[in-house]
Amino acid sequence: MTDLQTPESPDLRARRQKVIRQRNVAMALVLAFFVVLFFAITIVKMKM
Amino acid sequence: MTHAAPAQPLPAEWRDFFALTKPRVMSLVIFTGLCGLLAAPERIHPVLGFTAILCIALGAGGAAALNQWWEADLDAGMRRTKNRPLPAGRMDKTSARDFGVGLSATSVLVMGLAIGWLAAVILAVSIVYYSVIYTIWLKPRTPQNIVIGGGAGAFPPLIGWVAATGHITLMPVVLFAIIFMWTPPHFWALALFVQSDYAKVGIPMMPVVAGEASTRKQILIYAVFLLPLTLVPWWIGGTGRVYGISAAVLSTIFLALSARVALRRRTGEDDPMKPEKQLFAWSVLYLFALFGALVADRWTVMQG
Repeated sequence: MTDLQTPESPDLRARRQKVIRQRNVAMALVLAFFVVLFFAITIVKMKM
Repeated sequence: MTHAAPAQPLPAEWRDFFALTKPRVMSLVIFTGLCGLLAAPERIHPVLGFTAILCIALGAGGAAALNQWWEADLDAGMRRTKNRPLPAGRMDKTSARDFGVGLSATSVLVMGLAIGWLAAVILAVSIVYYSVIYTIWLKPRTPQNIVIGGGAGAFPPLIGWVAATGHITLMPVVLFAIIFMWTPPHFWALALFVQSDYAKVGIPMMPVVAGEASTRKQILIYAVFLLPLTLVPWWIGGTGRVYGISAAVLSTIFLALSARVALRRRTGEDDPMKPEKQLFAWSVLYLFALFGALVADRWTVMQG
Protein backbone atom coordinates (compact mmCIF):
# COMPACT_ATOMS: atom_id res chain seq x y z
CA MET A 1 0.00 0.00 0.00
CA THR A 2 1.54 3.31 -1.01
CA ASP A 3 0.56 6.93 -0.64
CA LEU A 4 0.74 9.03 -3.73
CA GLN A 5 1.15 12.77 -3.37
CA THR A 6 -1.70 14.64 -4.98
CA PRO A 7 -0.16 16.44 -7.94
CA GLU A 8 0.35 20.08 -7.12
CA SER A 9 -1.36 22.60 -9.37
CA PRO A 10 0.95 25.01 -11.25
CA ASP A 11 -0.62 27.86 -9.32
CA LEU A 12 0.11 26.26 -5.93
CA ARG A 13 3.65 25.39 -7.01
CA ALA A 14 4.25 28.98 -8.05
CA ARG A 15 2.93 30.23 -4.70
CA ARG A 16 5.12 27.76 -2.81
CA GLN A 17 8.21 28.88 -4.73
CA LYS A 18 7.35 32.52 -4.10
CA VAL A 19 6.98 31.96 -0.33
CA ILE A 20 10.27 30.03 -0.18
CA ARG A 21 12.06 32.71 -2.22
CA GLN A 22 10.77 35.46 0.09
CA ARG A 23 11.86 33.50 3.15
CA ASN A 24 15.32 32.99 1.66
CA VAL A 25 15.66 36.72 0.94
CA ALA A 26 14.49 37.58 4.48
CA MET A 27 16.97 35.12 6.01
CA ALA A 28 19.82 36.48 3.87
CA LEU A 29 19.02 40.04 4.95
CA VAL A 30 18.92 39.04 8.62
CA LEU A 31 22.25 37.22 8.37
CA ALA A 32 23.85 40.12 6.50
CA PHE A 33 22.57 42.50 9.17
CA PHE A 34 24.13 40.38 11.92
CA VAL A 35 27.46 40.24 10.06
CA VAL A 36 27.54 44.05 9.90
CA LEU A 37 26.42 44.33 13.55
CA PHE A 38 29.10 41.91 14.80
CA PHE A 39 31.68 43.78 12.75
CA ALA A 40 30.58 47.09 14.32
CA ILE A 41 30.53 45.61 17.85
CA THR A 42 34.07 44.26 17.36
CA ILE A 43 35.37 47.67 16.26
CA VAL A 44 33.68 49.40 19.23
CA LYS A 45 35.04 46.83 21.70
CA MET A 46 38.56 47.16 20.27
CA LYS A 47 38.47 50.94 20.82
CA MET A 48 37.25 50.66 24.43
CA MET B 1 -3.39 -0.34 -3.46
CA THR B 2 -2.63 3.35 -3.48
CA HIS B 3 -3.97 6.31 -1.48
CA ALA B 4 -3.87 9.89 -2.61
CA ALA B 5 -2.24 11.97 0.15
CA PRO B 6 -3.21 15.62 0.30
CA ALA B 7 -0.78 18.10 -1.18
CA GLN B 8 1.73 19.56 1.30
CA PRO B 9 0.56 22.81 2.92
CA LEU B 10 2.35 26.00 1.96
CA PRO B 11 5.32 26.89 4.19
CA ALA B 12 4.78 29.81 6.57
CA GLU B 13 5.60 33.22 5.13
CA TRP B 14 8.21 35.50 6.76
CA ARG B 15 5.34 37.84 7.68
CA ASP B 16 3.85 35.08 9.83
CA PHE B 17 7.13 34.64 11.69
CA PHE B 18 7.20 38.39 12.24
CA ALA B 19 3.58 38.33 13.48
CA LEU B 20 4.57 35.59 15.92
CA THR B 21 6.78 38.09 17.75
CA LYS B 22 3.73 40.27 18.66
CA PRO B 23 5.18 43.46 17.10
CA ARG B 24 2.69 45.79 18.81
CA VAL B 25 3.55 44.50 22.28
CA MET B 26 7.21 44.59 21.30
CA SER B 27 7.02 48.31 20.53
CA LEU B 28 6.16 49.00 24.19
CA VAL B 29 8.94 46.64 25.33
CA ILE B 30 11.47 48.39 23.07
CA PHE B 31 10.32 51.80 24.27
CA THR B 32 10.56 51.01 28.00
CA GLY B 33 13.89 49.21 27.49
CA LEU B 34 15.23 52.21 25.57
CA CYS B 35 14.01 54.57 28.28
CA GLY B 36 15.75 52.48 30.96
CA LEU B 37 18.94 52.65 28.90
CA LEU B 38 18.70 56.41 28.23
CA ALA B 39 17.67 57.30 31.79
CA ALA B 40 20.68 55.50 33.28
CA PRO B 41 23.37 57.80 34.70
CA GLU B 42 26.13 56.22 32.59
CA ARG B 43 26.49 56.55 28.84
CA ILE B 44 26.74 53.60 26.51
CA HIS B 45 28.24 53.59 22.99
CA PRO B 46 25.39 53.94 20.44
CA VAL B 47 26.31 50.66 18.70
CA LEU B 48 26.24 48.79 22.00
CA GLY B 49 23.05 50.59 23.05
CA PHE B 50 21.42 49.58 19.77
CA THR B 51 22.60 46.00 20.29
CA ALA B 52 21.17 45.93 23.82
CA ILE B 53 17.76 47.15 22.62
CA LEU B 54 17.87 44.70 19.71
CA CYS B 55 18.52 41.85 22.17
CA ILE B 56 15.63 42.99 24.40
CA ALA B 57 13.38 43.05 21.32
CA LEU B 58 14.58 39.62 20.12
CA GLY B 59 14.08 38.17 23.59
CA ALA B 60 10.55 39.61 23.79
CA GLY B 61 9.83 38.25 20.29
CA GLY B 62 11.14 34.82 21.22
CA ALA B 63 9.05 34.72 24.39
CA ALA B 64 5.96 35.84 22.42
CA ALA B 65 6.54 33.06 19.86
CA LEU B 66 6.82 30.47 22.66
CA ASN B 67 3.65 31.89 24.24
CA GLN B 68 1.74 31.43 20.97
CA TRP B 69 3.20 27.96 20.43
CA TRP B 70 1.89 26.87 23.85
CA GLU B 71 -1.48 28.65 23.55
CA ALA B 72 -2.29 27.81 19.90
CA ASP B 73 -5.41 25.83 20.85
CA LEU B 74 -6.66 28.55 23.22
CA ASP B 75 -6.00 31.27 20.64
CA ALA B 76 -8.20 29.41 18.16
CA GLY B 77 -11.17 29.84 20.50
CA MET B 78 -10.88 33.62 20.92
CA ARG B 79 -12.05 36.25 18.43
CA ARG B 80 -9.08 38.50 19.17
CA THR B 81 -6.47 35.79 18.52
CA LYS B 82 -8.00 33.29 16.10
CA ASN B 83 -6.27 34.88 13.09
CA ARG B 84 -2.78 34.48 14.53
CA PRO B 85 -0.47 32.29 12.35
CA LEU B 86 -0.87 29.08 14.38
CA PRO B 87 -4.65 28.96 14.99
CA ALA B 88 -5.26 30.15 11.42
CA GLY B 89 -3.24 27.17 10.15
CA ARG B 90 -0.62 29.24 8.35
CA MET B 91 2.23 27.74 10.39
CA ASP B 92 2.99 24.42 12.10
CA LYS B 93 3.65 24.34 15.84
CA THR B 94 7.17 22.93 15.54
CA SER B 95 8.29 25.89 13.41
CA ALA B 96 6.84 28.33 15.97
CA ARG B 97 8.57 26.55 18.87
CA ASP B 98 11.93 26.37 17.10
CA PHE B 99 11.65 30.01 16.06
CA GLY B 100 10.89 31.04 19.67
CA VAL B 101 13.76 29.01 21.13
CA GLY B 102 16.15 30.27 18.44
CA LEU B 103 15.27 33.94 18.96
CA SER B 104 15.47 33.62 22.75
CA ALA B 105 18.84 31.84 22.72
CA THR B 106 20.28 34.31 20.18
CA SER B 107 19.15 37.32 22.20
CA VAL B 108 20.72 36.05 25.44
CA LEU B 109 23.95 34.97 23.76
CA VAL B 110 24.46 38.26 21.88
CA MET B 111 23.55 40.28 24.99
CA GLY B 112 26.10 38.32 27.05
CA LEU B 113 28.91 38.55 24.51
CA ALA B 114 28.40 42.16 23.40
CA ILE B 115 26.97 43.93 26.47
CA GLY B 116 27.45 41.94 29.67
CA TRP B 117 26.40 38.74 31.35
CA LEU B 118 24.36 40.42 34.12
CA ALA B 119 22.05 41.97 31.51
CA ALA B 120 22.01 38.62 29.65
CA VAL B 121 21.02 36.70 32.80
CA ILE B 122 18.18 39.15 33.55
CA LEU B 123 17.04 38.86 29.92
CA ALA B 124 17.07 35.05 30.19
CA VAL B 125 15.10 35.23 33.45
CA SER B 126 12.52 37.52 31.80
CA ILE B 127 12.07 35.10 28.87
CA VAL B 128 11.62 32.10 31.19
CA TYR B 129 9.37 34.18 33.44
CA TYR B 130 7.02 35.02 30.52
CA SER B 131 7.07 31.77 28.54
CA VAL B 132 7.16 29.28 31.43
CA ILE B 133 6.07 30.88 34.72
CA TYR B 134 3.33 33.06 33.19
CA THR B 135 2.22 31.20 30.05
CA ILE B 136 2.53 27.57 31.10
CA TRP B 137 2.17 27.72 34.88
CA LEU B 138 0.15 30.73 36.11
CA LYS B 139 -2.15 31.80 33.29
CA PRO B 140 -4.29 28.63 33.19
CA ARG B 141 -4.30 28.19 37.00
CA THR B 142 -4.94 31.40 38.89
CA PRO B 143 -6.83 34.68 38.42
CA GLN B 144 -3.71 36.34 39.89
CA ASN B 145 -1.87 35.33 36.68
CA ILE B 146 -1.64 38.91 35.46
CA VAL B 147 -0.37 40.24 38.79
CA ILE B 148 2.62 37.90 38.97
CA GLY B 149 3.02 37.52 35.20
CA GLY B 150 3.17 41.29 34.91
CA GLY B 151 6.73 40.98 36.15
CA ALA B 152 7.72 39.69 32.71
CA GLY B 153 6.78 42.99 31.08
CA ALA B 154 8.52 44.92 33.83
CA PHE B 155 12.00 43.63 32.97
CA PRO B 156 12.89 45.76 29.86
CA PRO B 157 13.75 49.05 31.67
CA LEU B 158 15.74 47.06 34.23
CA ILE B 159 17.67 45.30 31.45
CA GLY B 160 18.21 48.60 29.60
CA TRP B 161 19.55 50.24 32.77
CA VAL B 162 21.85 47.31 33.60
CA ALA B 163 23.09 47.23 29.98
CA ALA B 164 24.21 50.86 30.36
CA THR B 165 25.62 50.71 33.90
CA GLY B 166 26.57 47.07 34.44
CA HIS B 167 24.95 46.93 37.88
CA ILE B 168 21.57 47.07 39.66
CA THR B 169 20.60 50.05 41.84
CA LEU B 170 17.33 51.19 43.46
CA MET B 171 16.18 53.25 40.44
CA PRO B 172 15.83 50.39 37.92
CA VAL B 173 14.12 48.30 40.60
CA VAL B 174 11.58 51.12 41.08
CA LEU B 175 11.04 51.27 37.29
CA PHE B 176 10.44 47.50 37.40
CA ALA B 177 7.94 47.99 40.25
CA ILE B 178 6.08 50.74 38.35
CA ILE B 179 5.37 48.47 35.35
CA PHE B 180 4.61 45.59 37.72
CA MET B 181 1.95 47.72 39.45
CA TRP B 182 0.66 49.17 36.15
CA THR B 183 0.03 45.79 34.49
CA PRO B 184 -3.04 44.56 36.47
CA PRO B 185 -5.25 47.65 35.89
CA HIS B 186 -4.05 47.80 32.26
CA PHE B 187 -4.85 44.17 31.54
CA TRP B 188 -8.01 43.90 33.65
CA ALA B 189 -9.48 46.91 31.83
CA LEU B 190 -9.00 44.89 28.63
CA ALA B 191 -10.29 41.71 30.27
CA LEU B 192 -13.50 43.52 31.30
CA PHE B 193 -14.53 44.14 27.70
CA VAL B 194 -13.21 40.86 26.19
CA GLN B 195 -14.12 38.66 29.16
CA SER B 196 -16.57 36.50 27.23
CA ASP B 197 -13.64 35.30 25.09
CA TYR B 198 -11.54 34.34 28.11
CA ALA B 199 -14.47 32.55 29.72
CA LYS B 200 -15.04 30.56 26.52
CA VAL B 201 -11.52 29.05 26.55
CA GLY B 202 -11.41 28.56 30.34
CA ILE B 203 -8.70 31.09 31.21
CA PRO B 204 -9.30 32.16 34.83
CA MET B 205 -9.10 35.90 34.27
CA MET B 206 -10.14 38.02 37.23
CA PRO B 207 -13.53 39.14 35.78
CA VAL B 208 -14.37 35.50 34.96
CA VAL B 209 -13.44 34.06 38.38
CA ALA B 210 -13.97 36.87 40.91
CA GLY B 211 -16.61 38.78 39.00
CA GLU B 212 -16.73 42.25 37.54
CA ALA B 213 -17.33 44.13 40.79
CA SER B 214 -14.23 42.65 42.44
CA THR B 215 -12.12 43.32 39.33
CA ARG B 216 -13.24 46.95 39.19
CA LYS B 217 -12.34 47.37 42.88
CA GLN B 218 -8.89 45.82 42.37
CA ILE B 219 -8.21 48.07 39.36
CA LEU B 220 -8.74 51.05 41.66
CA ILE B 221 -6.54 49.57 44.43
CA TYR B 222 -3.61 49.10 42.02
CA ALA B 223 -4.11 52.62 40.59
CA VAL B 224 -4.05 54.06 44.13
CA PHE B 225 -0.72 52.32 44.87
CA LEU B 226 0.67 53.22 41.44
CA LEU B 227 0.42 56.99 41.99
CA PRO B 228 2.88 57.29 44.92
CA LEU B 229 5.08 54.58 43.42
CA THR B 230 5.62 56.62 40.25
CA LEU B 231 6.76 59.53 42.43
CA VAL B 232 9.43 57.46 44.21
CA PRO B 233 12.13 58.17 41.54
CA TRP B 234 11.64 61.89 42.27
CA TRP B 235 11.60 61.44 46.07
CA ILE B 236 14.82 59.43 46.12
CA GLY B 237 16.52 62.04 43.94
CA GLY B 238 16.83 59.80 40.90
CA THR B 239 14.99 62.31 38.72
CA GLY B 240 14.13 66.01 38.65
CA ARG B 241 10.98 68.10 38.52
CA VAL B 242 10.16 67.36 34.86
CA TYR B 243 9.59 63.71 35.69
CA GLY B 244 8.02 64.39 39.11
CA ILE B 245 5.34 66.78 37.81
CA SER B 246 4.65 64.61 34.72
CA ALA B 247 4.28 61.50 36.88
CA ALA B 248 1.93 63.29 39.29
CA VAL B 249 -0.33 64.56 36.49
CA LEU B 250 -0.32 61.35 34.42
CA SER B 251 -0.92 59.10 37.44
CA THR B 252 -3.72 61.32 38.75
CA ILE B 253 -5.53 61.00 35.39
CA PHE B 254 -4.91 57.23 35.50
CA LEU B 255 -6.39 57.13 39.01
CA ALA B 256 -9.41 59.20 37.96
CA LEU B 257 -10.15 56.92 34.98
CA SER B 258 -9.69 53.86 37.22
CA ALA B 259 -12.09 55.33 39.80
CA ARG B 260 -14.68 55.88 37.06
CA VAL B 261 -14.36 52.20 36.05
CA ALA B 262 -14.46 51.08 39.69
CA LEU B 263 -17.62 53.03 40.51
CA ARG B 264 -19.74 51.95 37.54
CA ARG B 265 -21.58 48.73 36.71
CA ARG B 266 -22.34 47.20 33.32
CA THR B 267 -25.69 48.55 32.12
CA GLY B 268 -26.56 45.47 30.08
CA GLU B 269 -25.29 43.02 27.49
CA ASP B 270 -25.04 45.77 24.87
CA ASP B 271 -23.05 48.11 27.16
CA PRO B 272 -20.34 49.67 24.94
CA MET B 273 -17.93 49.64 27.94
CA LYS B 274 -16.56 53.05 26.97
CA PRO B 275 -14.92 53.91 30.34
CA GLU B 276 -13.12 50.55 30.38
CA LYS B 277 -11.90 51.04 26.80
CA GLN B 278 -10.78 54.58 27.65
CA LEU B 279 -8.87 53.32 30.68
CA PHE B 280 -7.14 50.66 28.56
CA ALA B 281 -6.22 53.21 25.85
CA TRP B 282 -4.97 55.68 28.49
CA SER B 283 -2.94 52.99 30.25
CA VAL B 284 -0.93 52.40 27.06
CA LEU B 285 -0.47 56.13 26.43
CA TYR B 286 0.34 56.60 30.14
CA LEU B 287 3.30 54.23 30.11
CA PHE B 288 4.73 55.81 26.95
CA ALA B 289 4.33 59.30 28.45
CA LEU B 290 5.70 58.36 31.88
CA PHE B 291 8.87 56.77 30.52
CA GLY B 292 9.18 59.54 27.94
CA ALA B 293 9.14 62.03 30.82
CA LEU B 294 11.87 60.01 32.54
CA VAL B 295 14.16 60.39 29.52
CA ALA B 296 13.22 64.05 29.00
CA ASP B 297 14.07 64.68 32.66
CA ARG B 298 17.50 63.05 32.28
CA TRP B 299 18.08 65.12 29.15
CA THR B 300 17.22 68.39 30.91
CA VAL B 301 19.48 67.47 33.85
CA MET B 302 22.34 66.80 31.42
CA GLN B 303 21.71 70.10 29.58
CA GLY B 304 21.43 72.17 32.74
